[in-house]
Amino acid sequence: MAALLLLLIPIIGAGFLFIYQGNARFTSLAALKVAVASLLVMLASLVWWTTPEMLQFSIPWLSSVGSSFSLKMDGLGKILCLLNVIAYFFLFVYMQQKEVSRPHAFYGWLLLAQAGMNGVFLATDSLLFYFFWELALIPMYFLASQWGGARRIAVTFKFFIYTFFGSVLMLVGILYLQSLTADHSFSIDSFRKLRLSADQQSWLFWLFFLSFAIKLPVFPFHTWQPDTYEESPTPVTAILSAVMVKMGILGLLRWLLPLLPIASYMWGDVVMSLAVAGIVYGSLLAMRQTDLKRLIAYSSIAHIGLLSAAAFALNISAYQGLLLQSFTHGINILGMWMLVDIIERKTGTRDMRSLGGLAQHSPVLTIFFVIIALANIALPLTNAFVGEFLLFNGLLSTPSNYYWVLASVGGLGIILSAVYTLQMIRSVFYGEYSQSAVQPIQLSAGEWIALSSIVVFILVFGVYPQPLLDLSADFVKELMSQTDISSLFRKS
Amino acid sequence: MNALLVSALLGVLLLFGSVFVKNRSINYYIALVGSAVLFLLNVAELKGVQLFNLNAEGLFHFDRYALVLNGLILFAVFCYLLLSGRSIEKLGSGFTDYLVLLFFICAGMIMVTSYSSLLILFLGVEIISIPLYILTASDKKNLKSNEAALKYFLLGSFSTGLMLLGMALFYGARGNFAAVVSVDSTVLTSSLQLASILLLLFSMSFKVSVVPFHFWTPDVYDGAPTVFTSFMATVVKVALFGAFIRLFEDTFSMQFVKWQLWVAVLVVLTLFVGNFTAVFQQSVKRMLAYSSIAQAGFMLLAVYAINGAAKEGFLLYAISYSLATIGIFAVLSRMSDYTFEGFNGLGKKDPITAAALTIFFLSLAGIPLTGGFLAKLFMIKAALSFATWLGIIAVLMAVVSVYYYFKVIQSIYFKEPGESTPVAFPRSFSLLLLLIAALTICLGVYPEVIFSWLYF
Repeated sequence: MAALLLLLIPIIGAGFLFIYQGNARFTSLAALKVAVASLLVMLASLVWWTTPEMLQFSIPWLSSVGSSFSLKMDGLGKILCLLNVIAYFFLFVYMQQKEVSRPHAFYGWLLLAQAGMNGVFLATDSLLFYFFWELALIPMYFLASQWGGARRIAVTFKFFIYTFFGSVLMLVGILYLQSLTADHSFSIDSFRKLRLSADQQSWLFWLFFLSFAIKLPVFPFHTWQPDTYEESPTPVTAILSAVMVKMGILGLLRWLLPLLPIASYMWGDVVMSLAVAGIVYGSLLAMRQTDLKRLIAYSSIAHIGLLSAAAFALNISAYQGLLLQSFTHGINILGMWMLVDIIERKTGTRDMRSLGGLAQHSPVLTIFFVIIALANIALPLTNAFVGEFLLFNGLLSTPSNYYWVLASVGGLGIILSAVYTLQMIRSVFYGEYSQSAVQPIQLSAGEWIALSSIVVFILVFGVYPQPLLDLSADFVKELMSQTDISSLFRKS
Repeated sequence: MNALLVSALLGVLLLFGSVFVKNRSINYYIALVGSAVLFLLNVAELKGVQLFNLNAEGLFHFDRYALVLNGLILFAVFCYLLLSGRSIEKLGSGFTDYLVLLFFICAGMIMVTSYSSLLILFLGVEIISIPLYILTASDKKNLKSNEAALKYFLLGSFSTGLMLLGMALFYGARGNFAAVVSVDSTVLTSSLQLASILLLLFSMSFKVSVVPFHFWTPDVYDGAPTVFTSFMATVVKVALFGAFIRLFEDTFSMQFVKWQLWVAVLVVLTLFVGNFTAVFQQSVKRMLAYSSIAQAGFMLLAVYAINGAAKEGFLLYAISYSLATIGIFAVLSRMSDYTFEGFNGLGKKDPITAAALTIFFLSLAGIPLTGGFLAKLFMIKAALSFATWLGIIAVLMAVVSVYYYFKVIQSIYFKEPGESTPVAFPRSFSLLLLLIAALTICLGVYPEVIFSWLYF
């Protein structure tokens, strides 16, 4: 029931906003209330509503093809839905009293995207999963194309076609698997019972992987990402990079690895090499950027590279790190985008060459920025450190023969991320007092609340990440038992 | 049987009635109510109510599938008259005559979906074709319309000739015209039978505009008045596909090894040529003509995969494709500028129409939540049961189609209104359009509505 509520609340909220068409003040407040409602439901399902009846929901749907409307909130679903509702809550708090043209449509689409993503995180029926996968995309397409920058139409169209291309390949894979199941069902349980040969797994792997790799994005399927992040309005970019890329992570962890474990092992080296190449590639390009948004976009490719490499490390430490980092990366990058948005709104530019010296008269902003940026490079005592430690630990103990190459090249990313992040801090906040930044930057109440809560998150989970690890422990154990290919070796 | 006879009767009634009743509105409402009655009579027949007690043994066989398909077609005709009926008036004199021809086409469509003798199939195809030649030329002063009609007539007659030859050979092989499965091994392997299969395959491909028999389609669809293009590209095409599927899945099902690969090649060609040519069109009307070729490629998958699921899927395809295309053409026939720029900024000027149009285009592109998605899903699933490569080609072509359908959506929402953007459509028209769009979504969320008809 709680799972269903997480879908219904944003959809109903969005419908209301679309039809009512209230003014900006009313709409942003109403959207915030919807986000709070989702957040409360989510928290309740973590604390009180823990019975299976509350966390699951299943009714027949499309029975003629063997699909049912089934949702289930397991460890992975909990972490990602929690990220989704928290990110939206922070974002809407931050967005209070901000100017947006046609606010009812803007918030309406955002809420629809939230519903779509919750659906992706919770669906246990593959056709339903595909449904939500596309449904999350459509609102993003409309948001980015209508409220974005100058090149928005061409850029978001590329984004749409690219991701649509990936997802239809996944659809072929889903339909193929469904045709093999004994009971002609789309449910994940039926898929798990399949005994697939290594050949079958191998080509199915690429059908699924391409879809997730484009969404994440993994190098070399990333070409839509920097442009889209740059051209989208910053709140939309924040949701794209904080929550939407986690759809790819979920795809890997729920649909790819457990269903095709042999292929995941076979192609693991290839995928990890691509992902690690992406870390270095993203970091190097980030160093050369002058636009703040593009810099963070490229740094995001690097972060996602590490996450996707670890997904194929096939061990407990990597999985735990992955779940933890999915959450913390989302929160941290959300903070980064908010700060970029503030800087762009107040100074009118994102070009680092014309910024500088903001620290002299905007100390509060500087403090927030430095803390969140340091969390982004995973400094100890910040939340990202724990996750990154687990990820590297996992990478070092992969079954791959080249684990030390992967881990050390990936480790290069840590150094490079420090380089571009510190460069960014220096050129925006220190150095010459630039003309465009004459006005001191005052933070509004909404900005204060959102940023300071993100900082609290960073510090608390940096010191005590156990609650998040507990949340995902069962899921990680189950995933490990499904993807443990060493049992196969033992037999032979 | 109900709908077949009544549609012919209604046609004749309107034809002679128009001598006395000159008022166009009255005739229009008679036609509108008539089409609704046809639909209801068809539903009644599904429930077992027969108005006429005729023995048509060996000529017609109204099985459940045919009745459901007829129901969908007649429903689409009703929607068509509701949305576009008034646009026919723009063509000047002969308004009622055109309505009459539409009813005759309805009779033809019911014949081709429910025949059990090839003679009836032939009759039905001709009853559909001849009124269509006239309707194509109905814009009498327009040179393009006349050219299209002549082209359509010449090529159409040629393909009818091929079809007739195929039927003659069929008779030669079997000694009768009965459209039944033959288990006689001498019939199955006779070269006359194989030649007739090929000739019928090619002539039916012509009728439903499958590549490489499609060359008439863009010119005819473009040249014909938009209201009639809408009719040709949707219900007529769907009905002929019904006949196509009936012919190959029933009568020729034993020989499927012989023709299945041919159909697969036609599918690939149709998807490829239809989609890639549509990408380069400047006029939305011409783009829709090519997109209808591309959609025919998807529907042809139902012929390719001879199984029940594909036939079910075709029903869904038929209705969701027809509704979406009828809706788009209804808007188009009220516009003056057929280029993509003509749609610029429609989202600001008329949000309701824009929303409905967007849903129609999403449905054609096969985006989830719309009927078009599930329809494509069924087709791809059917293809996968025989050949994975065909399924992969089909989905890749669906991605290509997103390109040109979304170009219109981009114009509607993301571009500023231009001079040629229509100011706003009548509110009643917009709301009707939205209602049909909502129906498209219903089909995408709960398609059991149709399938329950099939089994209960």
